[in-house]
Amino acid sequence: MTAYLLKRLTIAIATLVLASMVVFAVLEILPGDPARLMLGMNASADQVDLLRNQMGLNAPLPWRYLHWAGGLLSLDFGRSYTYSVPVIDLVRERLAVSLPLALIALALSTIIAIPVGLFSASRRGRAGDTVAMGAAQLGVAVPNFWFALMLIYVFAVWLRLVPAGGFPGWGAGPWPALKSLLLPAVALALPQAAILARVTRSALIEVLNEDYIRTARAKGLPYRAVLWRHALRNAMIPVLTILGLQFAFLLAGTIIIENVFYLPGLGRLVFQAITQRDLIVVESVVMLLVAAVIAVNLLVDLSYAVVDPRLRSRQ
Amino acid sequence: MRLWKTILAAAVLSLATGTSAFAARTDLVIGIPLEPPHLDPTAGAAAAIDEVLYANVFEGLTRIGPKGEVLPDLAESWTISDDGKVYTFKLHSGVKFHDGTDFDASDVKFSLDRARADNSVNAQKGLFAAIDKVDVVDPATVKVTLKNPQGSFLYNMGWGDAVIVAPESADTNKEKPIGTGPFKFQSWAKGSSITLVKSDNYWGTPAFLDKAEFRIVPDAAAYVPALLSGDIQAFPFFDADSVAQVKDDPRFKVVIGATEGETLLSINNKKPPFDKLQVRQAISYALDRKAIIDGASAGLGQPIGSHMSPANKDYVDLTGRYPHDVAKAKELLKEAGLENGFKATLKLPPPSYARLGGEIIASELRDVGIDLEIVPVEWAQWLDQVFTKKDYDLTIVSHTEPNDIDIYSRKDYYFNYDNPAFDKVIADLNLTSDEAKRKELLGQAQKILADDAVVGFLFELPKVGVWDAKLQGLWENAPIQANDLTKVKWSE
Repeated sequence: MTAYLLKRLTIAIATLVLASMVVFAVLEILPGDPARLMLGMNASADQVDLLRNQMGLNAPLPWRYLHWAGGLLSLDFGRSYTYSVPVIDLVRERLAVSLPLALIALALSTIIAIPVGLFSASRRGRAGDTVAMGAAQLGVAVPNFWFALMLIYVFAVWLRLVPAGGFPGWGAGPWPALKSLLLPAVALALPQAAILARVTRSALIEVLNEDYIRTARAKGLPYRAVLWRHALRNAMIPVLTILGLQFAFLLAGTIIIENVFYLPGLGRLVFQAITQRDLIVVESVVMLLVAAVIAVNLLVDLSYAVVDPRLRSRQ
Repeated sequence: MRLWKTILAAAVLSLATGTSAFAARTDLVIGIPLEPPHLDPTAGAAAAIDEVLYANVFEGLTRIGPKGEVLPDLAESWTISDDGKVYTFKLHSGVKFHDGTDFDASDVKFSLDRARADNSVNAQKGLFAAIDKVDVVDPATVKVTLKNPQGSFLYNMGWGDAVIVAPESADTNKEKPIGTGPFKFQSWAKGSSITLVKSDNYWGTPAFLDKAEFRIVPDAAAYVPALLSGDIQAFPFFDADSVAQVKDDPRFKVVIGATEGETLLSINNKKPPFDKLQVRQAISYALDRKAIIDGASAGLGQPIGSHMSPANKDYVDLTGRYPHDVAKAKELLKEAGLENGFKATLKLPPPSYARLGGEIIASELRDVGIDLEIVPVEWAQWLDQVFTKKDYDLTIVSHTEPNDIDIYSRKDYYFNYDNPAFDKVIADLNLTSDEAKRKELLGQAQKILADDAVVGFLFELPKVGVWDAKLQGLWENAPIQANDLTKVKWSE
């Protein structure tokens, strides 16, 4: 177990270092000058150069990389060029939206997907399965911005139950804040649930074909008990993998939904920072996301060990 | 079962309250597409900064009114010396900044000196270039001496980049703007909204609204639902393509006005074959403005024939200079020795007027034998490659600064246009303050640009405003980048 953990940790750290180099190099070769973007078309070249100096952009590239990477080590993520506030403050504000949103969406998607997957797998080939999987197919196929707009028209414009978009902030109280995250969470959860339901179903079906399931049934265990206690637990590994991937995606890959609901989330911060060439923000946020993905993967790896005792005892 | 019903009913009720609206409001939520990078109008070119703060939070010596006219603001009056070089401004007294400090002549001196200092990063530093010195005569009088007479000086002082700030707060205005206006800054939830509230000790006519929130809505698809649900009551810059969805709805007003955005097919005048006058004129003849306006601005833009807004008092109509004439265009290309046509690139920045207009222009130029390769670019790339490095053949962009015909006389500007006769007109214009003479010179300047077919003049970018029908006082036109809320109120 310790060796397993150590190996995972080493890989994680190496990935982080490599990622920091790639992220920095790729972004620095992008054409575009943040100083010119801030000063616009009426400013002279001298003035742009002056601002570049003030922003520390005229220093040599390797020096800037070391300065940035060194800062990351001490958890200093630098200052945004455009907002001129510490990047970490921006990220913290955005995470207050993105993290709850991702968690709600993930919870919704799990609550919908696992029962549907169970239902379909236990009724494989019958009408119920066909309907459920047909619906899942639809869920994967429907573009989420369209689904989001439909949700807005029904629940915000027509029924006026929730706001059409925006985020009042947690300072406005937990209920108004949650209310504004409901529709986006549903819009995000639907396609994820559809994917997860399909994965759950196929993993279960595979497990249900195993000999030990037949043995369990043969020794007289009720079908329900076999399904929940033996089959589901063994089918969890692919499901957990997908869940891990989905969480990483939901954290920052939700730019379209954030735009439709004009939520100040992490995805929009990154998108805006790219268009404004606020490179330090992009670099630092991407690194944070890399770290988050690695951490989630590490967690998923560890949870394999929890659901599968064989991984625990292996040297 | 009964319990469940009660809980459900309670939940629905609590959801439904809080979204309904009542008459006699004094609050307003305005949708804006772009978030300002910071809140200091004297330290950035982003239009979004002025669109939140100009006239609302910050004021200048003068200000620009809804028709583009110069109005007194913090200066209640002024006198100009006979040689046109000395401006003496009489300031309002009893004016306070929002942090309680007093406003007086020293703040004016501070602001102007700061903007024109060597280390200033004011995005419109050129506005202050003519200033020689600023003297405080007494707390209510300030004297500005120019190096040479400048006809547009009072107008220049009305820009958002020339607003008056206090030495105590100048360095923190980016995060916490402190001005003298009828609204003071309350809060900024980054990525989400900026809230202003009425200032209690405003020196002039107080605002009608108690609270105004600018909410950032980046996606045009969200505009209509936001209006319909009542979450947002005004979009001063609406999406032209979505107008059809609300224009017949009596709850909303659709107001089409003009901006100062001359939308151009910019041409690299030094790059062959565009250095030939016939080639540029051929392009002008090949353009069908009507089709371009229909496709790129939902038919709402006004055609232009030179670099001036049709709403401007000095506008000369030159749209007939190059009527759409394919045969004439081909003939001119033949004269230029290009009867077999040629290939070129057309770089398109992200706005829809450019991306949509580009497709149409490419097909129109193909009809006369010019084969365009369309290259979509981001803003950052555009500024870098096209604007700074001048690595382009053709591009489409809207020049949104007001009264900016002088850009064609700037050395090293990305048009690569160089005409001493035009430069002379602009130099004369800068030294002229007589209105009639200025009008004549501006007319000449417009004509030279049209004759030289420096660029393809397409249309004036429309300002499409959509807001609640009960809302009054929002600007119809955008003579300057602003959302002036000082006169905005709800009717009963």
